[in-house]
Amino acid sequence: MEKYESYQHDVLVIGSGGAGLRAAIEASSAGVKVAVVCRSLLGKAHTVMAEGGVAAALANVDDRDGWKVHFADTMRGGQYLNNPRMAELHAKESPDRVKELEAWGAVFDRTEDGRILQRNFGGHKYPRLAHVGDRTGLEMIRTLQDHGIHQGMDIYQEYTIISLLKDGEKIVGAFGYDREKGLFKVFQAKAVIIATGGMGRIYKISSNSWDCTGGGISLAYHAGAELIDMEFVQFHPTGMVWPPSVRGLLITEGVRGEGGVLRNNKGRRFMFDDIPDNYKGQTSMDEEEGWRYTQGDKSAKRPPELLTRDHVARCIRREIKEGRGSPHGGVFLDIAWIKEKISNAPDHIKRKLPSMYHQFKELAGVDITKEPMEVGPTTHYIMGGIRVDADTQMTTVPGLFAAGECAAGLHGANRLGGNSLSDLLVFGKRAGEFAAKYVKQNPAGTISTSAIEQIAAEALAPFERDANKTGENPFMIQSDLQEMMQELVGIVRIEKELTEAAEKLQALKKRAANAGCGGNRGYNPGWHTAMELTHMLTVAEAITIAAKERKESRGGHFRDDFPEKSDEFSKINISIRKGAGGNMDVSRADKPKMTEELQKIIEENK
Amino acid sequence: MQTTFQIWRTKVDGKPEGEFREYNTDITEGMVVLDAVHQIQSESANDLAVRWNCKAGKCGSCSAEINGKPRLMCMTRMADMPAGQAITIQPMRAFPVIRDLVTDVSVNYRTKLKIKKFKPRKPDAPDGTWRMAQGDIDRVQEFRKCIECFLCQDVCHVLREHSLHEKFMGPRHLVYTAALEMHPLDVEDRRGDMKTDGGIGYCNITKCCTTVCPEKITITDNAIIPLKERVADKFYDPIARLFGLFRKS
Repeated sequence: MEKYESYQHDVLVIGSGGAGLRAAIEASSAGVKVAVVCRSLLGKAHTVMAEGGVAAALANVDDRDGWKVHFADTMRGGQYLNNPRMAELHAKESPDRVKELEAWGAVFDRTEDGRILQRNFGGHKYPRLAHVGDRTGLEMIRTLQDHGIHQGMDIYQEYTIISLLKDGEKIVGAFGYDREKGLFKVFQAKAVIIATGGMGRIYKISSNSWDCTGGGISLAYHAGAELIDMEFVQFHPTGMVWPPSVRGLLITEGVRGEGGVLRNNKGRRFMFDDIPDNYKGQTSMDEEEGWRYTQGDKSAKRPPELLTRDHVARCIRREIKEGRGSPHGGVFLDIAWIKEKISNAPDHIKRKLPSMYHQFKELAGVDITKEPMEVGPTTHYIMGGIRVDADTQMTTVPGLFAAGECAAGLHGANRLGGNSLSDLLVFGKRAGEFAAKYVKQNPAGTISTSAIEQIAAEALAPFERDANKTGENPFMIQSDLQEMMQELVGIVRIEKELTEAAEKLQALKKRAANAGCGGNRGYNPGWHTAMELTHMLTVAEAITIAAKERKESRGGHFRDDFPEKSDEFSKINISIRKGAGGNMDVSRADKPKMTEELQKIIEENK
Repeated sequence: MQTTFQIWRTKVDGKPEGEFREYNTDITEGMVVLDAVHQIQSESANDLAVRWNCKAGKCGSCSAEINGKPRLMCMTRMADMPAGQAITIQPMRAFPVIRDLVTDVSVNYRTKLKIKKFKPRKPDAPDGTWRMAQGDIDRVQEFRKCIECFLCQDVCHVLREHSLHEKFMGPRHLVYTAALEMHPLDVEDRRGDMKTDGGIGYCNITKCCTTVCPEKITITDNAIIPLKERVADKFYDPIARLFGLFRKS
């Protein structure tokens, strides 16, 4: 171990998006020594891409809102597979987390009376999303970054963790390398917080950034942690579809929140054609009423475009499949039409949705104030991930915590828009707080030198294979994986294809074990990709196996062969663990019990 | 369509020596320069170093000089490049190169750390919140659009030609300071620091930073000039100095 540079900290945070930074700030303020490992530069994490807003029942715009309504909305959106305690904590604590950001310098859009403005979003009963135009994520990450750098934490930029280290059952640190020189590093820590975000890049069409390869979920799995709900992947209904190079790039739900409507090639607002029973009472059947809702009329019901993402995505897919799609295989999302309703529409659109205007103008040559956008579903988010304790965010491995997208429980079968930014604030804070508490009560363990040597040897193998001329191009394996997942484990699933996917994954694993890379260890993307394949394949396998196990359709998981919800599966979460022989074990776990008090809140808000 | 690229490759990591190497790849409709670089990377140069994250113009990672102009590779469409000519891509010149197209931008993080952080006034309401009018935060929100791509630092001649990174904070950090100084809640005073550590006097308002900003922030007019005025008011206003003398005596 002496031959590698080694760092000692109490708490090691892996990931520097919203959850990681919020956790690091909390742990630092508790007086323990904190390291943050960023895979990219600080402030570039995928959180910057969040657009629409952060959900918190501040009740600034509609005073009927409160934590109970937010809780009930979140549970309904998640089709009651959510961990109710997490949904409760999230709804209760998110307003304070948002106000805290303001105290740290965030500048949210304002109401007439100078408070934080909130906007409508799918599945939220009242306008609830605090926002900054359509760049809320950037505002959040920059606020956390600019506050965090003054908290005394050590920040390691462009470092990648390749394995967690354990002493018996408990976590003792992590092993990784710096990208600039490719030198191995040992991080000793009494507690580790995983905050690595999602896995969108295992799919071909994705809204996710380069970092989102599911690395943290895989690290935790290989360290023995339990994963749940991996079958629940959110396909965001509105990604760009043209030109091909930007396919999947996100178009915020805020477009619909501001009055944007979805139409097929016949000009029909097809979202009126299929409204799920549990949303019938809250959804308008009248175009005029829907418009009034988006403009703040409290007596109006919301338009069907603002139904939950899983449902909207499937309706769009249906239109495309049945031949009513747009020229490039999407449907039309139209915000320009609001010029019929308000006089200064183009300016209004540019002010409310500046990045959307910019994105379409620059990348597609489309002026959204004049013409409709072409949109289609894109892989956006994973509801599942590492199982955590609701209050402390500790995983099933002592000393290992997780927060944000890589953790599971809050969102159940489908996440509401805006609930991810609040998730990472609420549970990032909790992870930091309880990790700091944990390290004060638990002594450090010992790192095994032989374990490290083995990881290092495996990490360097791609260079040898290249030198022997036996290695395969890692970019090709990655791209085949993305195509396969898109094709077989996408928005609509079926037993036969899932079985085929599971077989193909075994073949891809063999190829990945033979990935090679040339060049040297300094800033080498080929090497980086070769190592990353293990993580991507682990997560892809977990999604596939869980999707096979859940023989029903619910939330983000839709089975063509089991199109209805089933009672049996309404009671369980699908659980995944690494088996003794290294194989992936799948089982069914009873979902967490709901207290009577929470059950009552749900009934009251039906 | 087959297109030729001249991409800068370093010979030894961490050293500036390098050369343009020629690559050819097939360009299809709608591609941006970063797509082309990725395609080259996956087809024929697995170890070609390039920094990128979002490919959506939001993270500010893929800054480089394309045909000599500082730009984001992900927001530069191939269709806007001159047809029939090789496209050159090289790393930002104002920063030391790590490898190929990747530069060491760490100086920016050190500079930011020296700027006094946000310090709000006491909350306006008993629940610990504040009131701000939208009209009073419009300008601060403009500055906060910054994605920290550092293209403004790259093009600033004080940094690019004279390498005064330790003496002049540069446009990015003047925008950052302006966002703090003009924040309606902030009560900190950074004018002294701007004059000394920040070296605001080095800026001679050539506006190159404003020209390259992918977020179209009017850096010079809205951030730097007002800051210069604030510094001048504090340190060079003759009437204020006169009053100062009286106060001292």
